Amino acid sequence: MKTPVYLDYQATTPVDPRVLDAMLPYFREHFGNAASRSHAFGWSAEKAVEEARTQIGALIGADAKEIVFTSGSTEGINLALKGVAEMYSEKGRHIITSQAEHKAVLDTCKHLEKQGFEVTYLKPDKEGRHSAEQVAAALRPDTILVAIMWVNNEVGSVNPIREIGKLCHERGVLMFTDATQAAGKIPVDVQADGVDLLCLSAHKLYGPKGVGALYVRRRNPRVRLVAQMDGGGHERGMRSGTLNVPGIVGLGKACEIAREELATEAARCIELRERLHRRITSALDHVHLNGSAEHRLPGNLNLSFSFVEGESLLMGLKDIAVSSGSACTSASLEPSHVLRSMDVGDELAHSSIRFGIGRFTTREDVDYAADQVINAVRRLREMSPLYEMVKEGIDLSSVNWQAGH
Amino acid sequence: MAYSDKVLDHYNNPRNVGSLDKSKASVGTGVVGAPECGDVMKLQIEVEGDRIVDAKFKTFGCGSAIASSSLATEWLKGKTIDEAMEIKNTQIVEELSLPPVKIHCSVLAEDAIKSAIADFKAKHGGAAPGGKS
Ligand SMILES: Cc1ncc(COP(=O)(O)O)c(C=O)c1O
Ligand code: FES
Repeated sequence: MKTPVYLDYQATTPVDPRVLDAMLPYFREHFGNAASRSHAFGWSAEKAVEEARTQIGALIGADAKEIVFTSGSTEGINLALKGVAEMYSEKGRHIITSQAEHKAVLDTCKHLEKQGFEVTYLKPDKEGRHSAEQVAAALRPDTILVAIMWVNNEVGSVNPIREIGKLCHERGVLMFTDATQAAGKIPVDVQADGVDLLCLSAHKLYGPKGVGALYVRRRNPRVRLVAQMDGGGHERGMRSGTLNVPGIVGLGKACEIAREELATEAARCIELRERLHRRITSALDHVHLNGSAEHRLPGNLNLSFSFVEGESLLMGLKDIAVSSGSACTSASLEPSHVLRSMDVGDELAHSSIRFGIGRFTTREDVDYAADQVINAVRRLREMSPLYEMVKEGIDLSSVNWQAGH
Repeated sequence: MAYSDKVLDHYNNPRNVGSLDKSKASVGTGVVGAPECGDVMKLQIEVEGDRIVDAKFKTFGCGSAIASSSLATEWLKGKTIDEAMEIKNTQIVEELSLPPVKIHCSVLAEDAIKSAIADFKAKHGGAAPGGKS
């Protein structure tokens, strides 16, 4: 086993060797520009790009023509939200989203608010999810777009996208979903799920960094976008710029593998996740699961270890690579906005650790991580005034704290 | 974030972790911070005459907060109360090479020292009460 053990698969994933092998020829002999129509170099690049479009479409139930290549999900989100807002602003200026979205969605919405759009930020429930009823209650005659992520990147909660998509279609509102964490991990079918726009990113599904795709529905309804990148009119005018052919080939191959192995990989990740969770909770008390036990991304485990601050815990976990929602780890000194929106409580938000399990995680990795966590938490609790107080029978919420800052 | 060697040393080998009997007249206890803020420090001193003969801490907080309180207990031992009142957070920042975002962790340690001393003094009919909650 190699240390540090990588358990941060929601942050990024390693490139699958099969993906890398598929990409290499497109750096070497097939280096052509996919837009070159006059020679074989261009044709072979174009052929590869079209094959990737088909592979991506197959993963999400879309037609190849509905795939627009991007540099990743941040760009896909910007293009979807700004592109729809600008195109449909005559129809209405109201957008519905979630407080638990990725910053790329929240900051894009903030930008649109400055442009005169109104945004409703729905509060997720305690499990980090939204119901179609909640979305329905927020719909207005001037709502043009609903943007709800498929899977939350911090707590792994899976939203009922099919129900939300159905609602949006009934009400004639466009539905965008950030499927960055969902694509290739759980079944995604834009037809059955009623999704109009969807973004995904190669580096979250064992492809390379810096490439992604935006699905834009072409029929029932046909979605139109105002391009955010002007230029040579690539990607049906929606996204100009010479295509990243090796990256696109990698994304296509990554989607193909993900589709073929989705069911077995999901089952394997769930087994490892449950094993990690069980090992930790059988040795430690006061451990809280953040997110949903039932509606959860297979490879995500997010736990709060009461009375232990997350950054100090990360310091003690130097041989495993995980992340924390603690304020102390962020430049802003604010705890995770996702945990806050779920009303997890700031104290538990400070104590949270996200474990991300994926394709190359082994049982040995998980057992090693569990041992590390158990030891570090025990050690830090011995050092924790809160743990001591609780053991003395003091109710922490009854204490009159002298807040320092 | 990269930690200085001194922060790592205090984190890995914290000095004087533990508790003193807070009901003893010779012990002053300071508890500062709040769980919602992600940092709570408990610092205790034991005083003989006007000299601090023992100091203990427990901290819920980041590595820099643990190191700041560990260092504070090291510095407190052997000092008189008046000398202890002179310890400034900036000295802790300097000793541990804390980056700007971690300065408040050292402020908390200074507050904890002051709070423990105030509690001790209050027990002896001395200055300002209200050192601990
Ligand atoms: C849910 C979610 N949305 C968007 C992004 C941004 O994706 P990208 O890194 O491709 O820009 C990420 C990854 O950080 C994510 O997890
Ligand atoms: S305790 Fe939060 S940054 Fe130090």
